[in-house]
Amino acid sequence: MFSIDLLRDAVVLGVLLGCFYAAVSIGLSISFGLLDVPQVAHPAFLVLASYGVYLLNDRYDIDPLLAGLMLAPLFFALGIITYRIYYETFERRGSDAAVRGIAFFFGVAFIIEVLIIVQFGVDQRSVTAPYIGKAWRFGDLRIPIRQLVAFAVAMGLTVLLAAYLSKTFMGRAIRAVAQDEEGLRLMGADPIRVKQVAFGIATAVVAVAGALLIVVAPVEPTLDRVYIGRTFCVVVMAGLGSISGTLIAAIILGVAESIVLTLFGASWAPAISFALLLGVLAVRPQGLLGR
Amino acid sequence: MNRRLLLGWAAAITLLGLMPAARAEEPPIRIGMSMPQTGGLAGGGKASLLGIEIWRDDINARGGLLGRKVELVVYDDKSSASETPAIYAKLLDIDKVDLLFAPYATVPTAPIMPLVKQRGLLLMGNFSFQVNSKVHHDMWFNNAPWGPADSWATGFLTLGQKAGGKTMALLSADQEFAQNLATTARDVAKKLDLNVVFDQAYPPSLAEFSSIVRAMNATKPDIVFVASYPPDSAAILRAVNEIGVGDNVRIFGGAMVGLQFAAVMENLGSLMNGVVNFNTWLPEPSMYFDGTKEFFETYSKRAVEAKVDPLGYYLAPYGYAMGQMVEAAANATKSLDQKGLAKYLHENTMQTIVGPITFAENGEWKESSTLEAQFRGVKDKNVDQFRSPGKQVILFPDRLKTGDLITPFEKARE
Repeated sequence: MFSIDLLRDAVVLGVLLGCFYAAVSIGLSISFGLLDVPQVAHPAFLVLASYGVYLLNDRYDIDPLLAGLMLAPLFFALGIITYRIYYETFERRGSDAAVRGIAFFFGVAFIIEVLIIVQFGVDQRSVTAPYIGKAWRFGDLRIPIRQLVAFAVAMGLTVLLAAYLSKTFMGRAIRAVAQDEEGLRLMGADPIRVKQVAFGIATAVVAVAGALLIVVAPVEPTLDRVYIGRTFCVVVMAGLGSISGTLIAAIILGVAESIVLTLFGASWAPAISFALLLGVLAVRPQGLLGR
Repeated sequence: MNRRLLLGWAAAITLLGLMPAARAEEPPIRIGMSMPQTGGLAGGGKASLLGIEIWRDDINARGGLLGRKVELVVYDDKSSASETPAIYAKLLDIDKVDLLFAPYATVPTAPIMPLVKQRGLLLMGNFSFQVNSKVHHDMWFNNAPWGPADSWATGFLTLGQKAGGKTMALLSADQEFAQNLATTARDVAKKLDLNVVFDQAYPPSLAEFSSIVRAMNATKPDIVFVASYPPDSAAILRAVNEIGVGDNVRIFGGAMVGLQFAAVMENLGSLMNGVVNFNTWLPEPSMYFDGTKEFFETYSKRAVEAKVDPLGYYLAPYGYAMGQMVEAAANATKSLDQKGLAKYLHENTMQTIVGPITFAENGEWKESSTLEAQFRGVKDKNVDQFRSPGKQVILFPDRLKTGDLITPFEKARE
């Protein structure tokens, strides 16, 4: 059944859904897109952050988004430690680091999954907040407030990260290490330290995104498997390392998925992300805003 | 008394004294099974296993089965169909178990059906759905109250039709169990002359249901039948709460998996109000049989220690009942001969804590006891409220009914 109203709703809900996808992908855009680290454990870190947020919300009644911000420094440290282990055991040892690194990060993802199961059990968990379960009404259109929160957070993260990477010394160093690691070394900077900080920032962003994940829907320990394809798809479609490209690619994906869900049937939805990815790569191999 | 007689008496007394010891040394009866302890089915698997363990402990306290202790041999199948064939081959060939219980759920059970049929073994099913429909194994007994395959849809859609419903929306997960239910729902809708105005299968990876609910609302259905899995059930109810479904919907729910488990129920709280959904046991007056109350007293205590579902309504009492049925068959036939046990199970009605159970020829329950119940007056973040009657009022089947449907759905949510 087609109607202009349905199409309008699908586009609005799709933009909001896309912003949520952007928020959960943006950390990966730094770790994989800029640093070339095969961070397949990214969605597992997301789920881990969600459980951290759940703990703070359930025990101390802390707002989920605030809880995500509180976890960010902890995740920054976790990111630094993870990268250091990855660097010492794989990256410094040779050119096939990426291939072996995938195995390392898959291992990390499994460990995180098992740790969550041991600590929290297998049941799904959710949080409470005044903006969950309510909607804003605009005429006959109802918009879930949790989706508006995801929209605001995604916009905020994009603006902040883009400004950080272009305006600060460390931000420019991170972009430089992505382009020419050897050049940065000749300039007297330590590229490994720069990458370590960048990986820490990427993981800290995951803490905030993890809060969004559990705000948008309940989480369970194996949820990372659902997001692995979608997050990598967004980052590659965006163009590796492009923060604003990540937002644009995620919105395109969200709108396409929403239109398909509304007008053509839910069964086609999983194919959309990869069909779009293939389409974009065929026309622009470097991605939408790739370097 | 001469010396020979005295020696004879002494020998007899010694032998008598030794007899209980000899009996105690008889090898235990070993019941083998896999059970999901990790993965998506683990929540149910753990509760089911606890129910079986309580039966084991009870029967051992009563002196065992046929005078022998009962021992469970259990492996984690990780909720995976690929694990169970090897586990059951090991249970049979290496562990040499005496009897087999099936794992919880359809997916891990389906691959072991050819194995048990080939070897002519008795298999007690554990909440599978239609796994024997093509295998036709005559020693399969599904310990689940489903009865005929269409019973889930029949109960729900009949209620919807009685409430004035003429059109139906069908939303189902694109997975085997949900699709089996969706197929039966289409068949029943046809029989009841309901017009299916919306029929969508969504992929398991779907995170957000707002768009689907909006599209469904556009078709203005009177009845909404949902066959979903736990993460989706929660996401669907959230989207319904935010987007709304309109005053035209007379009844909403049907086959939403997850709304039977304490953690999900506690998380969703008042979002569930008005939903009519399937269940297998509820603390309503019509559901208590001999031993039911005592079982839940024990379960409540042990569930805390075992960190499993604190309510345990959905699976745990059926785990216990599975043991009770084997116990009844073994005591009646005084043997563990699998053909003899199967014959007894086919021909008799067993009294259990979930009520009397009689099997049809295909190994399913002869009469469905699948409940359709409506959530009412549920508050947020309070799991203990579900221990009292009245929170899930039974609407179907009639013999277990404890109330009438409140309709339309939007009114029932208030």
